[in-house]
Amino acid sequence: MEKSAVFNGKLLPYLLLVPQLIITFVFFYWPASQAVWQSFLREDAFGLRSEFIGLENYQALFAQPEYYAAMLTTLVFSTLVAVLSLSIALLFATQADKNLKAAPVYKTFMIWPYAVAPAVAGVLWFFMFHPSLGTLARPLRWMGFDWNPVLNGNHAMMLVVMAAVWKQISYNFLFFLAGLQSIPKSVIEAGAIDGAGPMRRFWTIVFPLLSPTTFFLLVVNVVYVFFDTFGIIDAVTGGGPAGATTTMVYKVYADGRLGGDLGGSAAQSVVLMVIVIALTAIQFRYVERKVQY
Amino acid sequence: MVEHRPWNDVIAYAILTLGVFIVAFPVYLALIASTHDAGTVVGGNMPLSPGSQTLENYYRAIFVGGSRTSREPVGHLLMNSFISALGIAVGKIIISILSAYAVVYFRFPFRKTAFWIIFVTLMLPVEVRIYPTYKVVADLHMLDTYAGLILPLIASATGTLLFRQFFMTVPDELLEASRIDGAGPFRFFKDTLLPLSVTTIAALFVIQFIYGWNQYLWPLLITTQDSMQTIVTGIKKMLTTTDELAEWQLAMATAVLAMLPPVAVVVFMQRLFVRGLVETEK
Repeated sequence: MEKSAVFNGKLLPYLLLVPQLIITFVFFYWPASQAVWQSFLREDAFGLRSEFIGLENYQALFAQPEYYAAMLTTLVFSTLVAVLSLSIALLFATQADKNLKAAPVYKTFMIWPYAVAPAVAGVLWFFMFHPSLGTLARPLRWMGFDWNPVLNGNHAMMLVVMAAVWKQISYNFLFFLAGLQSIPKSVIEAGAIDGAGPMRRFWTIVFPLLSPTTFFLLVVNVVYVFFDTFGIIDAVTGGGPAGATTTMVYKVYADGRLGGDLGGSAAQSVVLMVIVIALTAIQFRYVERKVQY
Repeated sequence: MVEHRPWNDVIAYAILTLGVFIVAFPVYLALIASTHDAGTVVGGNMPLSPGSQTLENYYRAIFVGGSRTSREPVGHLLMNSFISALGIAVGKIIISILSAYAVVYFRFPFRKTAFWIIFVTLMLPVEVRIYPTYKVVADLHMLDTYAGLILPLIASATGTLLFRQFFMTVPDELLEASRIDGAGPFRFFKDTLLPLSVTTIAALFVIQFIYGWNQYLWPLLITTQDSMQTIVTGIKKMLTTTDELAEWQLAMATAVLAMLPPVAVVVFMQRLFVRGLVETEK
């Protein structure tokens, strides 16, 4: 879509673009290209000398058992968070979509965790499930469950998953609710006239019509789990115990900052970039195809 | 609803109430913990009703800081968070409304290229290029400055896309009419386009303010002095002492303070926030 009426400035449009372009080049393109370039270099510990070593950083990376462990952790973590937060949010959204008097109030109460910083959400959940002082850790212990996220990797994973899901429900809820409200009521009424009950109507009419929303949310959620949960993991577990909650993004941070391995960290960044670009591309293709009919 | 069944509403209310409970409980606990003294919280038998130490805890968190570590009082960190969140929101709105204006209302060589150069930034969050970005900021001597906290986070296309979408819906007749009145690009922008954009600007402001306030990894990396931290990064430092020594009642007071501004913004600006969110993501 193009405007038919426009101005014919010669210099002005460039001047208007300059602030954004400068910031984009300095803080986006330059560092992103540096990340790619650095992934082919080996730097000494003081960053004084560097030499071109081709793909050695990548070879070293893919020879590391820890890297595969981080990939697996990321996969488990993102699957759990995406599936749980999507299904819980869908349940709440379908209820809030019913003609309830108090629906707007519930909506307000459901959406505000969006505004809570992931790191703060992590701290809240850690406090609730802290092995010695957590309010909800006590009943677990009392039931004979040896709960200890500080020492037990699976427990630590459960804790970061819960905090991440809690934080993400509100976002998915909003989009599901918007999706549900855009479904024409007549379609559902037609289903009811044909004798379909609420459950059947949901699975055969509503859910298929929600699939573009669901797909969009799936991609956004995966990207969220990849990056925004850094704060949760760093605040709650620090990637531990014994690397049980070290995701790929956390490893980029840990290897670069704590390990001082900038080449290896850059190679990991590049692998992540490829994954995110692929996800985004898939989403655009899919969304575009949806728009056509 | 198509048919009315009384139990249908009951189930809906029950599920939603459970949902609100799940959403609210962690925050309720934090609130409660911030009103008790250290012993009650650490003892592991904290009651579920408020204690009597509220004022003292918040006073200490904001103005004094913790006793066991040399930590910054939170009041200062709150100010850093405000400045960087405001800077990110305002900065992004300014650069993106200008660039969207150029892309939509002008025809010039490389227009498409410029748009794509900006558009590509949607794909890569700052987390992927943290170290190279850190190096750029360090080379520009922007570590421990507000500019360093703000500028790298406004380098993305979301705002430009939102304004572009909105400008596309503005009727062409408005431009023609103001042309007849003899208005140039500046007057049209100031007198016609800007007033029409107020709600879009407000929606983007809400989203970017929250985004900026909640940043964690970036401020963690580029601030070396405690005095330049934001409240979200500061909260973790309160807990990095060994468990028994952490002052949980102060950490929870800090958590409450860190949540208050963005949550208030979402609750009071709900309509704008929802609109902006749904529009930017599409």
